Amino acid sequence: MFSAILTLGVMGLLAALALGFAARKFAVEVDPRELALLEVMPGANCGACGFPGCGGFAKALLEGKAMVTDCSPGGADTVERIAHILGVEAIAAEPEVAVVLCQGDNLRARDKYIYQGLEDCVAAQSLAQGPKACPGGCLGLGTCARICPFDAIEMTAEGLAVISREKCTGCRKCVSACPRKVIAMTPLRTTVHVLCNSHDKGALVRKYCELGCIACHLCVKASPGAYKVENSLAQVDYDSHCDATGGIGKCPTKCIRDFILGYPEGSSFSPPVVPVQAEENP
Amino acid sequence: MGHHSFSGGVHPPDSKAQTASKAIENCPLPEELVLPLMMHIGAPASAVVAVGDRVLHGDLIAAPRGFVSAGIHASTSGEVIALEPRPHVSGSRLLSIVIRPDGEDRWAQGPGEADPNELSTDQLRDRIRDAGIVGLGGATFPTQVKLSPPEGKKIDTLLINGVECEPFLTADHRLMLEQGERILDGMEILRCLLAVDQVILGIEENKPDAIVAMRQICKGTSIEVCPLPVRYPQGAEKQLIFAACGREVPSGGLPMDVGVVVQNVATAASISDAVRYGRALTERICTVSGPAVAQPKNLRIRIGTPLTHLVEVCGGLKEEAAKILLGGPMMGMAQMNLAASATKGTSGLLVFGSSSLPKMLQGPCIRCGRCVSACPVRISPTTIAAYARLDMIDEAQQCHAMDCIECGCCTYTCPAALPLVQSVRHAKGAIVARRRKV
Repeated sequence: MFSAILTLGVMGLLAALALGFAARKFAVEVDPRELALLEVMPGANCGACGFPGCGGFAKALLEGKAMVTDCSPGGADTVERIAHILGVEAIAAEPEVAVVLCQGDNLRARDKYIYQGLEDCVAAQSLAQGPKACPGGCLGLGTCARICPFDAIEMTAEGLAVISREKCTGCRKCVSACPRKVIAMTPLRTTVHVLCNSHDKGALVRKYCELGCIACHLCVKASPGAYKVENSLAQVDYDSHCDATGGIGKCPTKCIRDFILGYPEGSSFSPPVVPVQAEENP
Repeated sequence: MGHHSFSGGVHPPDSKAQTASKAIENCPLPEELVLPLMMHIGAPASAVVAVGDRVLHGDLIAAPRGFVSAGIHASTSGEVIALEPRPHVSGSRLLSIVIRPDGEDRWAQGPGEADPNELSTDQLRDRIRDAGIVGLGGATFPTQVKLSPPEGKKIDTLLINGVECEPFLTADHRLMLEQGERILDGMEILRCLLAVDQVILGIEENKPDAIVAMRQICKGTSIEVCPLPVRYPQGAEKQLIFAACGREVPSGGLPMDVGVVVQNVATAASISDAVRYGRALTERICTVSGPAVAQPKNLRIRIGTPLTHLVEVCGGLKEEAAKILLGGPMMGMAQMNLAASATKGTSGLLVFGSSSLPKMLQGPCIRCGRCVSACPVRISPTTIAAYARLDMIDEAQQCHAMDCIECGCCTYTCPAALPLVQSVRHAKGAIVARRRKV
């Protein structure tokens, strides 16, 4: 009994000494700044910065391979803190959100064939450019919703992807995942968007979608400077900083939407809070 | 020979009775022929004619671009009326040459007749290349590439594929019955070209009349006609090599790695036309069948014939088309309408009405393992499909997703009606895309 306790006790002591020695001798030096950086990062490991997770981004920052502003999910706050730790000055990038530029769900847009197969937009797109007759419209099979690390994308019952302006951090993962390039990065300050991605001529668009842009230029006339029409498709000119609300009521196909007044039909997201100025000037 | 049996496979109803006994008919000239520049594996051809040009049957209208490519020839005489994007069998609109036939069908001069025995192997290969010949089994891989093994690869066996294991299709069957001499001539030319001793013609046992006919024709030659048990995909290249020669092509390898070159019977027949008569590949045999087609037929069609014309020639449709397939039902390419036109790879056109389509509801995988035992390349489709759904591309690659031959046995056998082939194909696409990026 006594010898057993003694043997185990001595063995334990020896092992403790060996471990203690190894811990000092082979200690890996970690830059204290790296730990500090990890503290301030969002920790979602989303990869929006282009590096493998937040740890990879922290290393890249210290090696000078990454920009302080590369962490878009963190927002201005994180950027400022990172800049503080690294002792550099940060120029905050304008916050952006991703927007699905389409309202053509299964009720509004026509399919050119019946798709039976894998519930994945990339797989569907590889079969004759996808079932949707519109070459640019949302396929509605949810590849973006599955890839979003922030759960910011929902699929409506009628097969349309809708992105929450509150949850979206601007990581761009959905933008690169969408095979139809229907998701665009837009400045957060703008709530008015032309929700159409078809570059076809108006007559053709009318044949396959009720809510498609027919490039009639009425929005351009209603809100000068706020819209531009390129290649048979109207878009909000985000760089112009002009007020685009005037074009909304003028659009004959109702493809211009102000998200303040509500998300596309079928979405469960509640509209973003109305900015203060709007209340001041009724 | 012929005693080996590949693992897996399925026995779908062969549905060949509708056309197996019908002789090949010549398809009448359509009002226009639409020849897409992309109808083979490899680089698309580039047009060498302009709108308004008059062409003769067999004139080169699009030249091959690069080694792995094939030229395209006018499939009748007439006028080039357009060079524009037209509906293609892939579902997109691709640049095509449109010819309005003049009805005279005058042949171009071409390289003229020749005796194959007096030509060198390079001359033989050039004549095959200049005729724009591609694999007519459906894969449309340029034939001269297959016939140019790299230095150091020793080819000792030529395997001719007369299996035609896809249900409904009877084009190769009728070709063997009616034009066996062309096939024999093509086989002899290929034998000289590749300098091989062993030539095997593999035919599935459900075509006993074709086996008898080809044995009769090949009498006195050293060509061995090898009957093969009926099992899909007996006609898949690697499975056929194993069944007929007992050799297994390694994972990621090519038939030439085990000393074999495989050619389809229809390819052999057009090689005979090209070498002996200097005629380009401008027509092929196509089975037009399916429950919705009024009079199913085997047709000799010109490359570029609009699909609507093929259906009209076969008496139109009995009911509204719910599914249109180019090729067989197992591997054929689905079409959303009949707007495209036949290419060099169109071995069949099948039309189904909604009454003849199985009503399958997708369910969850119950891990029954049927897809695993049916898979002829011995991979696990359900595992790869699961990885594909989760975008776990590395894992899918480790499960040998790239070995999939997309034969469709797993999807056919799945009791939960899961789109397994599509999932594996999705994984393969992602693997290839990533390889390109790296």
